[in-house]
Amino acid sequence: MTPLLRFLTRRVLHSLVVLFGVLVLVFALVHLVPGDPVRIALGTRYTPEAYEALRTASGLDRPLLQQFLGYVGSAVRGDLGVSFRNGDPVTVTLLERLPATVSLGLVGIVIALLIAIPLGVFSALREGRLSDGIIRVTSQFGVSVPDFWMGILLIGLFSTTLGWLPTSGYRPLFDDPAGWLRHIVLPGLTVGLVAGAIMTRYVRSAVLEVASMGYVRTARSKGLSPGVVTRRHVMRNALVPILTITGIQLATILGGVIVVEVVFAWPGLGRLVFNAVSARDYPLIQGAVLLIAVLFLLINLLVDVLYAVVDPRIRLS
Amino acid sequence: MNQRVSPWKLLLTNPITALSAAVLVVVAVIVVGAGALAPYGINDIDVPNALQGPGLTHWFGTDELGRDVLSRVLVAIQASMRIAVISVTFAAVVGVAIGLLAGYRGGWLDSVLMRVVDVMFAFPVLLLALAIVAILGPGVTTTTLAIGIVFTPIFARVARASTLSVRTEPYVAVSRTMGTGDGYILGHHVLPNISGPLIVQTSLSLAFATLSEAALSFLGLGIQPPQPSLGRMIFDSQGFVTMAWWMAVFPGAAIFVIVLAFNLLGDGLRDVLDPKQRTLIEARRAGRGR
Amino acid sequence: MSAPVLDVTDLRVRIGNREIVGGVSLSVAREQTLGIVGESGSGKSMTALAATGLLDAPGAVVTGSAVLAGTPQTQLVGASARVLRGVHGGRIGFVFQDPGTSLNPLLTLERQITESLEAHRGSTRRGARSRALELLEAVGLPDPSARLHSYPHQLSGGQRQRVMIAIALACDPELLIADEPTTALDVTTQAQIIDLVRELQRDFGTAVVWISHDLGVIGQVADQVTVLQAGEAVEQAPVLDVFDHPRQPYTRELLDARPLIGADGPPPVEEAPVLLDVAGLDVTFTAETPRGRSDVRAVQDLSFRIRRGTTLGLVGESGSGKSTVAAALTALVRPAAGTATLDGIDVADRSMRRRISMVFQDPFSSLNPRRTVAAAIAEPLRVHRLADGKRGRAARVGELLELVGLTPEFASRYPHELSGGQRQRVSIARAVAVEPDLLILDESTASLDVSVQDRVLDLLAELQRELGLTYLFIAHDLAVVQRMSHDVLVLRDGRAVEYRSAAELFAHPDADYTRALLAAVPPARPRGAGAA
Repeated sequence: MTPLLRFLTRRVLHSLVVLFGVLVLVFALVHLVPGDPVRIALGTRYTPEAYEALRTASGLDRPLLQQFLGYVGSAVRGDLGVSFRNGDPVTVTLLERLPATVSLGLVGIVIALLIAIPLGVFSALREGRLSDGIIRVTSQFGVSVPDFWMGILLIGLFSTTLGWLPTSGYRPLFDDPAGWLRHIVLPGLTVGLVAGAIMTRYVRSAVLEVASMGYVRTARSKGLSPGVVTRRHVMRNALVPILTITGIQLATILGGVIVVEVVFAWPGLGRLVFNAVSARDYPLIQGAVLLIAVLFLLINLLVDVLYAVVDPRIRLS
Repeated sequence: MNQRVSPWKLLLTNPITALSAAVLVVVAVIVVGAGALAPYGINDIDVPNALQGPGLTHWFGTDELGRDVLSRVLVAIQASMRIAVISVTFAAVVGVAIGLLAGYRGGWLDSVLMRVVDVMFAFPVLLLALAIVAILGPGVTTTTLAIGIVFTPIFARVARASTLSVRTEPYVAVSRTMGTGDGYILGHHVLPNISGPLIVQTSLSLAFATLSEAALSFLGLGIQPPQPSLGRMIFDSQGFVTMAWWMAVFPGAAIFVIVLAFNLLGDGLRDVLDPKQRTLIEARRAGRGR
Repeated sequence: MSAPVLDVTDLRVRIGNREIVGGVSLSVAREQTLGIVGESGSGKSMTALAATGLLDAPGAVVTGSAVLAGTPQTQLVGASARVLRGVHGGRIGFVFQDPGTSLNPLLTLERQITESLEAHRGSTRRGARSRALELLEAVGLPDPSARLHSYPHQLSGGQRQRVMIAIALACDPELLIADEPTTALDVTTQAQIIDLVRELQRDFGTAVVWISHDLGVIGQVADQVTVLQAGEAVEQAPVLDVFDHPRQPYTRELLDARPLIGADGPPPVEEAPVLLDVAGLDVTFTAETPRGRSDVRAVQDLSFRIRRGTTLGLVGESGSGKSTVAAALTALVRPAAGTATLDGIDVADRSMRRRISMVFQDPFSSLNPRRTVAAAIAEPLRVHRLADGKRGRAARVGELLELVGLTPEFASRYPHELSGGQRQRVSIARAVAVEPDLLILDESTASLDVSVQDRVLDLLAELQRELGLTYLFIAHDLAVVQRMSHDVLVLRDGRAVEYRSAAELFAHPDADYTRALLAAVPPARPRGAGAA
């Protein structure tokens, strides 16, 4: 087995183990609720018949292990149960909401990269000087601002006061590109500016670490122009940690858009989770949490693969 | 050879860090005496004076029910800080214990503990907190517990990484060859040398915990009304942003300033406590010809 | 002597209000090698880097003159960045110390050579490829055409240094600056690199500035020598003069402190019982790489004995397994097979922790930076309850400090306040605190300056005489081993190659490997000195 294949196999196995843990945790969600989840979910709509019906429909009357295996079995086949609230299949609901969140996540990460890479590199190359200090403190500002606050203020400024952009809502990309753009600007900026601030700091420290390596001195000793040294020696080697950070940040965004989606009434997974939590709609909560965790794992796995492609120390012996 | 300057003195020579420390002292004062400092009650409804801008009688203005924004902000800060401090303390104690054990012992214990930590890391922070709130219902206790649980993995990881690097240092190996007990080694050799990164992480986690609590309260799942919370005050301000900007700006600014102070302090601490960074600072100071 | 390729006059480097290099003048001519020798902190690297415009220390101010001959003649001090870029790589090549981090891990060897050619000669990638191949052949890299597409991590340390030399010479520079190029290499590899550079110098006529802390190496490579102490050029003369008729006391001190083959060993010990008995030792451990785990057989079927009061020198190059032997004897690692007993008791037994002590190589990380010297030395006393309470321990600590040549006031100091030699003395005091039967010294003087090493070795010899200590002395430096050992065991790839008394081994080495190791040691007399 080539070293590359061995590395990838290890990573996939590791992800599967974590996935199993995730499944256990997600499954346990419903059963950790103090009290009876079905009764809580029904709330005021409680009748003995409705209770029995819902209980049987969600399989909560069977022994624990059987329930777990049943859950895993169905999940693998794409069936995540039905919503406690409106009986819709969870998987369908999730897939309906996925594109909105993915759009937001991708726009956010692109904005973040457009901010973080130039600023992070610039700041690292001028380490210790005033411009570095300014960028460091400014990025701290971005990290410290609550995203929902920024969202509300942006709406207040650009939508309500200036009327340039809509306050909320979503247009699918392929149906109405111009509308998609107009609607995604504010929420995208909200997500992207904060993520960009976080990533600027990581990019800076990654570049700093690479810049202090021996081979950068060797490159300078060859008389290469500063541009070549930065591009071919510093950036190429910083790419690996930057890739890792981007993956982590994208995954974090996916889970963190909840609040931004609520502020902008964005019909994505985040808002779905929030509504589900408010309504105690456990199957929906479970399904959404599972989906987001799976996306997270997939992104990390993808980063590992890219990592192996870029770094010959992993590929070759 | 060279006289080492006390870390605390070095910390305060950085004006930004010193300012952050000062801000946090003010916050501490608010936490202790919010009740005494607040000029009005948090629920003193005074509708005739609703939606008044900042002025002499109400420094931060009033909200849609005529309540004094300043008083509510002060009490809200107190509540937020309590949650942040308790949850981070919990996370630090449990997380460091796990990380220390995993890093020092290694072997199967390390693998098992780290797998559990990995599983927790597979969930974005807010999502996990929401899930816990979904199970236990909203409120202060749940929020504190949720944030505490969710922040434990990062402390475990930082503690483990530091422990691993200290464990391979020769002075630890020497102690082991001498027959020194594990307890003594952990207490006298490992813990003092990993304290640096942990202190930094504590500061950063306090920042993030404040943000998380604010987000949960914003969603209505954290501190419950009639108790004021910074997050919920921002939520309530949504309809009034253009006509009463102070309802949104002051609570948000409070969160921003506190979180910023924790983050900047954490940065400053890292510069001082991280040995590599320190020699750089000291070299620069020497270079300036002190 | 022909006109100098590099002529440095009154070079000074200031950082803040400290003068690191204070008025150094030197020169080197075509096809000649200038050796710059000095201990740590002497400013030797800084002098060379500052003179050639490659210094990158924040706040450093360089004054003086450094003229590079040729067309055009170039003043390097204060030259513009553009001028320096033309000079670096084009007219001056550099080889640095650490082959592990000096090459970009993500670029092929070919690329790392051709980028220099592209920058200075305007070659195309393809055009440069044949030159790259030529260079790899010239530096003696096996299978050069295949190696063009290899990455640095696929080469050994010695091979990487050869590549660094190839890169440095790519554009046929007039001058080569080699900053401790062989310090991180094994002694046999070091000898090969020294020969390689000499050969290339003959072929291309390059002037070489070779910087090293090792006088033996300087003796092998240099025609002219400059001795630096605290940033000042203390002695400058042709190499034979420096070695045979040193004028300055500092130079004499450096020469005298050198451990040399053929020096006296320790005083013989009359019939002594066997203290440590190792039989068939086998140690295997799994190494974790990013690509997965692999089993490494670090020590295979090793047997030896040490008699009480004597020293066994354990010699080997890196990867030979010598440190693993130490780890096995101190129960840090469990052997897969074989036995090791001290006075008949297994070394892994708890009671052995008092009877076997160890001193590590690195003086800086052997002491907990957050604890005082007293706390460090008192720790074994505490663990084994060897002194009465706090006062008893403090008294004993004072005694031990005096024993190793330090005054009692050192007790309250912290490690960062001590020099490297002082820290090693503290480590020795700590190791001796338990009055061990066996003291393992794992490369304990390898990181020290040569004059400091000399004094610490004296201390160790004295302690052996006075306290009747038994040593397992692990080192890669054969001359030091000869000085300290009664018996010698040569290790290679985990196996014993030769195991005899020191006197016999050094007089009539049996194994080819031992002979190769001895031949690779730089001789006491510099080359060109005639028969020794």
